[in-house]
Amino acid sequence: MTEAREMLRVEKVSSGYGHVGVLEGVSIHVMHGEVVTLIGSNGAGKSTLLKTVAGVLSPTGGSVVFDGRDISGITPEKAVEAGLALVPEGRRLFGSMSVGENLELGAYARRRSRSFSSEFAEDLEIVHELFPVLGERVDQSAATLSGGEQQMLAIARALMSRPRLLLLDEPSLGLAPKVISEIFAILDRLRSRGVTILLVEQDASVALRHADRGYVLRTGRVELEGTASELLANDDVRMIYLGSWKKSVSGT
Amino acid sequence: MTGKDLLQFIVAGLSSGALYALLALGFTIVYASTGVINFAQGEFYMLGGMLGVLAFDSLGIPLVFAALLAILATTAVGVLFELLAIRPRKDGDPLALIIITVGGSILIQSLTRHAVGGEELATLPSFSPGPSIGIAGVTIVRQSLWIWGITAVAVVGLTLLYRRTRFGKAMRACSIDRDGARLVGIDTARVVTASFALAAALGAIAGVVISPTVPPVFYSGASIGLKGFAAAILGGLGNPVAAVAGGLTLGLLENIASGFISSTFKDGIALVVLLGVLFVRPQGLFGGRSREKV
Repeated sequence: MTEAREMLRVEKVSSGYGHVGVLEGVSIHVMHGEVVTLIGSNGAGKSTLLKTVAGVLSPTGGSVVFDGRDISGITPEKAVEAGLALVPEGRRLFGSMSVGENLELGAYARRRSRSFSSEFAEDLEIVHELFPVLGERVDQSAATLSGGEQQMLAIARALMSRPRLLLLDEPSLGLAPKVISEIFAILDRLRSRGVTILLVEQDASVALRHADRGYVLRTGRVELEGTASELLANDDVRMIYLGSWKKSVSGT
Repeated sequence: MTGKDLLQFIVAGLSSGALYALLALGFTIVYASTGVINFAQGEFYMLGGMLGVLAFDSLGIPLVFAALLAILATTAVGVLFELLAIRPRKDGDPLALIIITVGGSILIQSLTRHAVGGEELATLPSFSPGPSIGIAGVTIVRQSLWIWGITAVAVVGLTLLYRRTRFGKAMRACSIDRDGARLVGIDTARVVTASFALAAALGAIAGVVISPTVPPVFYSGASIGLKGFAAAILGGLGNPVAAVAGGLTLGLLENIASGFISSTFKDGIALVVLLGVLFVRPQGLFGGRSREKV
């Protein structure tokens, strides 16, 4: 890490849906340029945390500080303007609109920028370079893309907002293993370009192999945190989340 | 009924159908952004006609400017209605919003009656005065040409807005996936306000362009609102083209049926169509399975 600047600090955040609390005092942080992953089983609160950071949910307690600014309870549209882009679970693409229109709307939050049109052209070029398949399908409607292509479009759409922090919710969900490795290869490229990423992923081993650090969430709390290699080597993590039963049993 | 009679009914059907189309567009646009049927839509039509005649007759404003003023003022009413009555209902509960639009409709009617009185106003002069045009024995009133022309311009304008402008695309995105739209930074509340503004403008356009033929009166919004609603349902609350197709179809059905049966049933046709579509094909003629609503 060349820059040790803090990008995101989530401090003792509680959050949930309506009266149903999911997170109970979760604290995490993400440094500039880092790829941090949240792992844990279903219902542990990974997606809830991501949604709370992105403004989709409002925290009922604690604070979310992004780049030195308290953004607790921000609206999602203001969050994108602030530089946070969420690639949501289920992608939420505009299915009957074309790939090109989806990308154009990805840049919607930046429309007031003074040099918008030149930046837009630049970003479009970067996105097409990262996802050549999208360039071939500009005029096709998003709904006609394959699952993997839709996930790529969802990531590309988020990148069009020039996020300083990219939030990814289960990018591998429902995709074939080959497609998943393609998606993660792209995440590695983003990482080498210095994009800061907070990644929620069901598949802990994939996530940890592509991240710098990770947090293990369990029933709304941070149970464990560490560098990706520490977590990969941790017996509990291996046993519960990586499914390496035998090794850890024989290790104890 | 001779072929000539039939043609005459078709011409009449396409005229009233164009008006229904403008109203149906209003219903469709608001439905796309809110998921709600705006039962105050007919009042925008009434206000357009009323304000046009008042501006022309009482204020002595030239016809073109009186018409534009009426449309602008009604648009402002649409925006105010959204800001004061729709937006405060934060949860967007459709049932609550529908009841609010019914209340809004009654309120606009009563206020108009208090301000202007319960009598029919005078008609506006025809936009281009002169004798009716006869083609192949069929008579076309000059104002009908204005109705068709203005409806065509409105549809082309809306299509360009939706396909070519960034805000129009944002409106479409909002109708496809509201949460997804917010995630790319679209202020969905503004989209809702804009859709009420557009719906009010379209209603007012219909009201102004018909007022040389039909004198405006405070209660005229109710029946045309019902017909616009029926047309929108017939079209399937889909895109602008479906709304226009629904409007024209309803106008034709009404006039041809009244020609074949009796004009007494004319106003009942819209209800029959409305119920028929809801029973047999709730997605409308052109609704299909598409998720996009504008």
